[in-house]
Parts: sequence; C-alpha cells; structure tokens
Amino acid sequence: MKPAPLEYRRAESVEEAVGLLAEGGHDAKVLAGGQSLVPMLNMRLARPALVVDVNRVAGLDGIVAENGHVRVGATCRQRAAERSAPVRERVPLLAACLPFVGHAATRNRGTVGGSIAHADAAAELPLALVALGGSVVAESVRGRREIAADELFVSHFTTALAPDELLVETLWPAARPGTGFAFEELALRHGDYALAMAACALLVEGGAVAEARLVLGAVAARPTLVDVPLAGRAVDAEAVREAAEAARAAVSPSGHLHASPEYLRHVTGVLAGRAVLRAWEEAA
Amino acid sequence: MTAIEVVVNGRRVREEIEPRLLASDFLRHTLGLTGTHVGCEHGVCGACTVRLDGAAVRSCLLLAVQLDGAEVQTVEGLTPDGELTPLQAAFRETHALQCGFCTPGILMAASELLEADAPPTRAEITDLLSGHLCRCTGYEPIVEAIARAAETEPV
Repeated sequence: MKPAPLEYRRAESVEEAVGLLAEGGHDAKVLAGGQSLVPMLNMRLARPALVVDVNRVAGLDGIVAENGHVRVGATCRQRAAERSAPVRERVPLLAACLPFVGHAATRNRGTVGGSIAHADAAAELPLALVALGGSVVAESVRGRREIAADELFVSHFTTALAPDELLVETLWPAARPGTGFAFEELALRHGDYALAMAACALLVEGGAVAEARLVLGAVAARPTLVDVPLAGRAVDAEAVREAAEAARAAVSPSGHLHASPEYLRHVTGVLAGRAVLRAWEEAA
Repeated sequence: MTAIEVVVNGRRVREEIEPRLLASDFLRHTLGLTGTHVGCEHGVCGACTVRLDGAAVRSCLLLAVQLDGAEVQTVEGLTPDGELTPLQAAFRETHALQCGFCTPGILMAASELLEADAPPTRAEITDLLSGHLCRCTGYEPIVEAIARAAETEPV
C-alpha cells in the first residue's frame, strides 16, 4: 500500500504543466487533489513514471460567473465550490451533488476538475456535467479546445482527453428561469460510492415540460442520458412511472457484492422517477 | 531525494525525502508523530486525518513532498501544554473511545467542524462521522462528545 517510485514535478503554470505532460506522454499523470489518484498509487493500480502536481498552478482554482455559465477552475476544491455563492445560486444541480462527493475531509482536498477528468462511473460530478450539458476546456502544447460533456466521458475512467492534455476549467451552464433540478443517490453509507444515481433537469413552460434531461450514473460505464417522453406534458404519476421504466430499460447493470443486477435496475427506476418528480416540483 | 520545509505543530522542520513518501508516513516515521494513525491507506477510514493549512485532510492521500511550505497540525498539536481541549475532555467524559485507533482522525476533523460560525447540528456531526470508521463505540458517544464540546467553549 505504498506508491511505486516516481518522479515528482510541481508545475507553477499551465504552460509548464502541459510541457511536462508533453514530455512524459503516457507515463505522466496529473496530480490535482489526489483523492482518486493517490489511492491508485498506494494500491499500485497506477504506476506513472512522472507525476505533475498542478495544485500550485496560479489562477487555476477560480470560480467565475459569466455569459450564462459558471466557470470553475480545474483545481478549485470541491469544498470551495460547495460553499461558493455563484455555484449555489446559478448551478443548483452542482450544489446539490457536491455534498455527496466523498466526505468533508476528501472534499477539502479533492478538486472539481480532478473528479471530472478521473471519470469514475460512480462519481457525482460527471453526472451533473452531462445533465446540464456542460463542457470542459483542455490545454496542451498543441493548443486549447473545448469538449462537450456528452463527448468527454467515454467509459470507466476513460475520457476524450489526450495524455498530453490538461483539463484547465469546467463550464457549468447557469440555470434558466423555469428550470428545476434534482439529484437522487443511493449509497450504502453517505459518502460511499453510489449504488445508483439519477439527475434531472426540466425546463417548464406554460405548465408543461419544454425540455427534459434525465441522466443515470453508477449503473453504466459512463453517465447515461435517458430518452424520456416528457416534452409537452405535465409531470403526473403516469409520467413518473414512464420515466422510471425508461430508466430501467436504459441500463444493464452487472451487479456486485452489495447488489444484484435486478436490484440495481429496480433502484435506478425508483431514483429516476423521484428525480423527475422533484425537478418538476422545483420548476413549478 | 527532495528537500521540504514544513511547519508541523508550530515547529519548522526540514527533511530530505523520497517523492513517493506519503504524508502519513512522513509524520509517523520521519518525525515520530505516531498519534496520526494509518488504517486503510486509501482515504476511507479517516484515521490519518490531519489539518493542512487549517483544512482537515487525509494524510494518506497526500505525498509528503506536497507539504513543502505548508502548515500541518496533528493530534499532538491540539494540546501543546499537555492539557485536554474541551473536545478531548468531552471524549473522555462520554466514553467516546475504546481502542482509540480512530480517535485522532475524528478529533482533527471535528476540530475543523467546531471552528464554524454556528454550532454543528446532529446531522452535520453524523455526516462528518460518515468519513470515519469506528468499530468500538457505535458512534453515539462520539456524536454526544462533539455536541457537548460545541456547547462548551471554542476548541
């Protein structure tokens, strides 16, 4: 349970960090909050030759509200985002998810960007980013590009980020008037990995759903968008039941020590139904 | 080997360390501060929790080299004069520990919680304790100790 020998470099700027990543290639790994990487180093599930620490890169931890977005810098601590007024006021879904990310002591250190880039299928922040249709900005020596959340998450621990790219910022669309959000999670203990989770964003106009996004997590290899036939309708008991059925049909969880595939599928539907109903009530 | 300079419990130390050395092992083995306990080494049990520049963090999820320039407080640093803090006294009064393995980590996390402006609610205390494994007490005396410390005086 100790890391293998590694070379450690502390980057002071984005330019220095991406330079080190370009040199290190596949053997280099970015160290942000370390709440996922260091356990992997300890268990030797990851053995990078070079660790590039970005914790002291200046200007990478800010939270800025602008142009209908809240931009959260890559090394912004989850705890700081949780306490941030722009996040609480403008991105209520992110604010709702953050208390579920690990524990206070891991959020004190864990970063928003790190959780997104790590892309654990059972992590809350990738789910929220997909539900909101957000994006990330990545930088490398080759340039800078924006990647939509829908394209970013590929599979378990796998993103569209290239090995030489550094995630520098996450972009969270601000809530529009008339939108309701809800996040639902079932875990064995608070702070544990989710058994199943669902996030819903509903835009309601004139007493009916205008836009709906329902996303499931922990029961699939990446945040999974569910096609729910809610547009043009009010959310009633029948709509909730249909959303739950659509959610169950959208996943085929493999099951594990703590829960059978049938149970996970059932719970996914329950959480999805609750998320849709609560988002509707929030929007009303 | 890399040189680091860090203030631990108010004392400035300089050490040459391997970059792969964990902060928990640096505190215990290099500095001999064995009050910080090591349980799971992947962030789950909470026994190794210390304060890093004021924030409660898992020392097993930090490389010691990352402590360079920082201030660290361990359980030994809670009471430089050998007295018990109100929180520690409340732990003793309510029998909030038996084997004591989880205690230093809980004390460090709770000391941060008790610095907040308002006294913590029971829900906030149990939420905090979800990040700390205790196999002796069933947690109730620990909840009581933290609540009692919040009623007395600042930690």
